Amino acid sequence: MQMTHVEPRTRSDQFEAVCAIIERHGRQPAKLIPILQAVQDEYTYLPEEVLNFVATALAIPPARVFGVATFYTYFALEPKGKYVVRLCDGTACHVKDSIPILEALRSRLNLSEEHKTTPDMLFTVETVACLGACGLAPVVMVNGEVHSLMTPEKAESLIEDLKQAEAAAVAGEEG
Amino acid sequence: MGKQDTLRIDGRDVAIDAERNLLELVRKAGIELPTFCYHSDLSIYGACRLCLVDIEGRGIQSACSTPPEPGMRLRTNTGELREIRRTTLELLLANHDGSCPTCIKSADCKLQALARRMGVDKVRFKAPTRPAPLDESSPALVRDPNKCVLCGDCVRVCNEIQGVGAIDFAYRGSQAAVVPAFGKQLGDVECVNCGQCAAFCPTGALAPRSETAAIWQALDDPRKKVVAQIAPAVRVALGEAFDQPAASQTTGRIVAALKAIGFDAVYDTSFTADLTVIEEGTEFLQRKVNGGILPQFTSCCPAWVKYAEQYYPDLLPNLSTCKSPQQMFGSLARQVLPRILDTAPEDLVVVSIMPCTAKKYEAQRSEFSQDGRRDVDAVMTTQELARMIQEAGLDFSSLEPESLDMPFGFHTGAGVIFGNSGGVSEAVLRFAVEKITGKPAGQVDFHEVRGEGGLREASLTVDGTEVRIAIVHGLANAKLVADQVRAGTAPYDLIEVMTCPGGCISGAGQPVAHNGHTRQDRARSLYEADKSLPLHRSQDNPFIDRCYQEHLGAVGGTVAHRLLHTHYHGRKRLESEALPLSEGNGDGKIQVKVCAGTACFLRGSQKLLHALLGYVEEHSLQNMVDVRANFCSEQCAAGPTVIIGDKVLQHCTLERVRDVLDAELANHQ
Repeated sequence: MQMTHVEPRTRSDQFEAVCAIIERHGRQPAKLIPILQAVQDEYTYLPEEVLNFVATALAIPPARVFGVATFYTYFALEPKGKYVVRLCDGTACHVKDSIPILEALRSRLNLSEEHKTTPDMLFTVETVACLGACGLAPVVMVNGEVHSLMTPEKAESLIEDLKQAEAAAVAGEEG
Repeated sequence: MGKQDTLRIDGRDVAIDAERNLLELVRKAGIELPTFCYHSDLSIYGACRLCLVDIEGRGIQSACSTPPEPGMRLRTNTGELREIRRTTLELLLANHDGSCPTCIKSADCKLQALARRMGVDKVRFKAPTRPAPLDESSPALVRDPNKCVLCGDCVRVCNEIQGVGAIDFAYRGSQAAVVPAFGKQLGDVECVNCGQCAAFCPTGALAPRSETAAIWQALDDPRKKVVAQIAPAVRVALGEAFDQPAASQTTGRIVAALKAIGFDAVYDTSFTADLTVIEEGTEFLQRKVNGGILPQFTSCCPAWVKYAEQYYPDLLPNLSTCKSPQQMFGSLARQVLPRILDTAPEDLVVVSIMPCTAKKYEAQRSEFSQDGRRDVDAVMTTQELARMIQEAGLDFSSLEPESLDMPFGFHTGAGVIFGNSGGVSEAVLRFAVEKITGKPAGQVDFHEVRGEGGLREASLTVDGTEVRIAIVHGLANAKLVADQVRAGTAPYDLIEVMTCPGGCISGAGQPVAHNGHTRQDRARSLYEADKSLPLHRSQDNPFIDRCYQEHLGAVGGTVAHRLLHTHYHGRKRLESEALPLSEGNGDGKIQVKVCAGTACFLRGSQKLLHALLGYVEEHSLQNMVDVRANFCSEQCAAGPTVIIGDKVLQHCTLERVRDVLDAELANHQ
């Protein structure tokens, strides 16, 4: 797996981007969903203060923005880890035993249904209803990259590889 | 004349007039289809699935969301429909915390009533075991999510009638809930405490907060002198709680009941409403004659005041500085009553009886406390008074009426009609016309300002002076008028705003209305009360005269101003963290907070932020300056606001920020 080192965006860059997103959509409340999508692309999740700013800019109640943001599972209100591990639990993956994979991932990372992200902000484990790759079931996707025909063991070694790559990157920076 | 269009309901032909949907037609035909989510004042939601009808050729449809068509044939009462309705109710009951005996809404619960009416005698579905915590953060309301049936009535009344939108649906499926923004508590968001959500809620999920425990405690304390003030609208609604004909006059029996419960004296908020007329009318005439800030908004309604502070901080100078009648009573009581009642000031307990939940909030405002003691100690609603009377075991209808205590029990009809939309305007006109013409006006009733519409206009010319009035109820209507004032296009001198539909008579603290004409009955009853009183103009109230001579000095004078007037300030809508725009946690850096609340946003705070961030970067100040966007510094009238360290900069420009920041940086180093 390739490790790309991206310079993190500064908070002021992100804020400028949010302003640009809102302006690009003409401050129209009807464009709330595309605005939230673009904001999430910027922050990887939807911080409360940013949602509040969006509500102010669109002149709609913050409760409405919160309602839309919580309706769609695509939107996240909590920060996600550097690696977002999405386990498909659609029908095909489910009958091919996706749940043991989920359990292995969670127990390896000490996560649960309530706690989806590791405290070091490295991993987030979540389930999705279908990734559309049913022929390759069961499927796990890590930051957009699909891993097919998974087993609990393969999932664990995937996590182990990512952890080692991270440790190497940190050591490289320090060295 | 064309043939009248008809359709057929349960085998009977029914004429189609202007009905908007089948539900209205079915009800016109005398069939009471059950509904949760349908209110004629709100948009159609079609969610509760109880008003189902079987339409020939179309199958089963909800009547509320189906427009009538000539020739339709529909049935409202088939075995299949009854079964669906029962199942729907069972499902709702399975999701509902059925602690009915202890629920404040028990006797008025629509869910309970419909379950009984539809013959639901058991619930076959298991209850989910996920109790959500009670939200008791609001001074006015208690929110119990476990009793919510997701009908959305509260969401729509808050949005459509009040234009606030403090609560909305969030999450999805079995997680769906009605919550304030970001799952915060009601007391931490933009809720104006009007309580119409509770008035519309069919269950006990939203209910007025009760203060009766504290009031009983004061009554039980022999050292305390407990006095009550009764608002005008209470007297025309309390009887409903005792199965009296709607809107029967009950003042004398309320006094008797309160005395029997243990109150030491009972006064009338209509007295201080008379006082409000004199002060607010004088303020209005001064503004009109001296070219002061017009139009003048009324300020009696605490929900409207909070709304204006949150959404129209720039218009606060247009609000009358007069306290509301409740708070005028509070300050006068503290000033005058200890001597009259021969009690130590600290032993005087002032209780209001109000039709309103926002009055509970108003009494808590810091402006209305002196030396840590609230002017009004407790506020109970009409509903709470009914419960106290029931708890005391009094047979309300057989009580012998008693008189209000003097001096604050004496009132004119002008002070009584305050409870109706248009009432404050009419009372002020009765005062202002006499002041303008210099002679007692023959005219007492000003029918121009009466009526039911949510946005009404009236204009009258007195001795060549034209007075133009707008009367609104519902904050969404107030928004329309306030936007005009902001744009400079409002052709009015005086704007009366009441938050609740029809005014205080429909306050959320009133008994739950059981039929469609309750509001009209209460309004009529208040005008009748005015007619039956000997005096109709506030300036004719002899006790008001005496009050000025003995306690207040000149109308609008220094003492009157101290006791009877107040001030307002911009108010943030949400308790919310500032948005950090610099890296790191900000420790040891100079804190710069640029307000991104609505008022400042509209005045260009976003551009200011942009320029400031550019300046910080250009001069490599990232390690010394921490920039945040905060949500409302509550200085909205003077925005954009920037806070640097402990300095608050109003009407801020980039030059100003730069100068102050450079000076701070020089100090810092």
